[in-house]
Amino acid sequence: MAQTLFDKVWRQHIVKQNDDGSVLLYIDRHLVHEVTSPQAFEGLRMAGRKPWRAGAAIATPDHNVPTTNRDKGIADPVSRTQVEALDNNCAEFGITEFGLDDIRQGVVHVMGPEQGLILPGMTVVCGDSHTSTHGAFGAIAMGIGTSEVEHVLATQCLIQKKPKVMRINIEGELASGITGKDIALYLIGQIGTAGGTGYALEFAGAAIRSLSMEARMSLCNMAIEAGARCGMVAVDDTTIDYVKARPYAPEGELWRKATTAWSELHSDADAVFDRELSFNAADIAPQVSWGTSPEMTLPITASVPNPDDARDEVQREGWQRALAYMGLQAGTPLQEIAIDKVFIGSCTNGRIEDFRAAASMIKGGRVADHVKLALAVPGSGLVKQQAEAEGLDVIFREAGFEWREPGCSMCLAMNADRLEPGERCASTSNRNFEGRQGMGGRTHLVSPAMAAAAAIAGRFVDIRTWGKGE
Amino acid sequence: MQAFTKLKGLVAPMDRANVDTDAIIPKQFLKSIKRSGYGPFLFDEWRYEDRGEPGMDCALRPKRRDFVLNQPRYQDAQILLARENFGCGSSREHAPWAILDAGFSCVIAPSFADIFYNNCFKNGILPIVLDSAAVDQLFTECFSQPGYSLEIELESQTVRTPTGQTFTFEVDAFRKHCLLNGLDDIALTLAQADAIRDFERQRRNTAPWLA
Ligand code: SF4
Repeated sequence: MAQTLFDKVWRQHIVKQNDDGSVLLYIDRHLVHEVTSPQAFEGLRMAGRKPWRAGAAIATPDHNVPTTNRDKGIADPVSRTQVEALDNNCAEFGITEFGLDDIRQGVVHVMGPEQGLILPGMTVVCGDSHTSTHGAFGAIAMGIGTSEVEHVLATQCLIQKKPKVMRINIEGELASGITGKDIALYLIGQIGTAGGTGYALEFAGAAIRSLSMEARMSLCNMAIEAGARCGMVAVDDTTIDYVKARPYAPEGELWRKATTAWSELHSDADAVFDRELSFNAADIAPQVSWGTSPEMTLPITASVPNPDDARDEVQREGWQRALAYMGLQAGTPLQEIAIDKVFIGSCTNGRIEDFRAAASMIKGGRVADHVKLALAVPGSGLVKQQAEAEGLDVIFREAGFEWREPGCSMCLAMNADRLEPGERCASTSNRNFEGRQGMGGRTHLVSPAMAAAAAIAGRFVDIRTWGKGE
Repeated sequence: MQAFTKLKGLVAPMDRANVDTDAIIPKQFLKSIKRSGYGPFLFDEWRYEDRGEPGMDCALRPKRRDFVLNQPRYQDAQILLARENFGCGSSREHAPWAILDAGFSCVIAPSFADIFYNNCFKNGILPIVLDSAAVDQLFTECFSQPGYSLEIELESQTVRTPTGQTFTFEVDAFRKHCLLNGLDDIALTLAQADAIRDFERQRRNTAPWLA
């Protein structure tokens, strides 16, 4: 029978089918970070349990880590306690950790793929909603809570009900400068933040096949912002070329066997989906979010919407509250919105390709005078090293950006990098919720090129025409 | 885990759609390595006028008078009435921990975000999905009747209003069983240890690169 990509990977991981329709699902890879794991390790300790397969888990601190003065350690004692708890727990339970002084340390979802820890056809979990990132490899990758982190540590399994499967086709060709991030924001703008609830998404179509692995990761990363359990892309040469020769990738005979198996990891031609949507790549312009939910997103050519145009009362109230929080007037063109800060980084856009795209926008320019802070935060130590080898750090620094150490940084502002009340930020992260980047802070989600251009212009610009006699 | 069987409790109305887990418990409180103590910081940015930091004595902080949970009539509420897509965003289990710590053991909404919904069951909180019309009705009644309370029974999967009107809700059988009995599902899964080992043995042949 014809199967979807999701079904193929799902079936290969069923340990046991339960009577109520749920399954015991085997988990191949477990990524761990400092914020959602301490209570899980504590649970193991209290029950006298050991990890089922310690080698399946890999840890790195990312959420709490400082992005400056690494040599001085972590100044905030509460953050330090949490990072030390991770170090101690990993040592006690025999889990490999890339600690603060390791070049491989970074945002867990940047570190994992970079090390070849994520392979096609795997099941991947992490106590972090953006685990969906790893679906870019044709893997089933899901965010879980701390109780499930403990469950996976103790049993290497999860109890799961099979979600429905939705295929989203992006047909045709993307315009130049349109990225995985723009596709993600555009889609969420179209289907809403609950549009994918109850579904696993498969992104397909010519435009998706043309994307690099970095861009596929940015897209799958935001599947969770559409409410989906996970997002996936079929395996092709792009996937296999990316994985090849990474430190944890198989080699020799195993590599040959693996790639043969991976060539099956796509939906069969006549596979049936629970739902299928299609969009035209040519309709996707650079996107900017204007509100406090990722679905409040519009093309850069648009204006801030009017709550009177909302679809119903609940949406109207949501828009009104968002406009008040964001300090915006209905009808204001997005290109007239001035910004105070810029953040380039995160698990959505903290990869080498993202910094290349951003650097190509700033070359020669300078961060606008009224912009108080422009941060470039590589997703991992290795991304930072690569960017420096290419001289990108110099481009950022000379333009007035700060070039920082890797971590989540101002994506969620758990460390010192944050917005002050009322400050407006062009951010390449994934969430524009109230207070996400600091209490009272105002976040606009954009691609790296859009964020870099906004830093120079001091306001949002259409990168397709900006600097070309706009 | 605490079992959930039935509950008769006061209802607090959280009348916003898409309430995310960043709003339920802001990031600065995620630095704790414990499971408890999050209750005073539930909805921190909406509840207080100042910026909350871990360890603060919340009794001394300036409260926002207009925020629903600060109104005297909703003190000691045990049931949180909410709108669409409650608990979206981050997977932080600190969100249900905070809800539980603040005295709630049931959340009613027209829909929940996946991970949050799942996390509730792991902590003895019952998330109930009712259709939008029913939720609208409960909001109206809750706003108009001080002391409005509901009776929830998990066994019969029912919500009863003060007038005796009953709504039924769906809950999957396994989750219901665990919640009713306060079962730890790690122990249940470990009872399948042989099946897990068999699976791993097989996989060493079929997918040796994953072993
Ligand atoms: S970069 Fe942001 S979204 Fe990604 S894991 Fe870190 S905090 Fe979460």
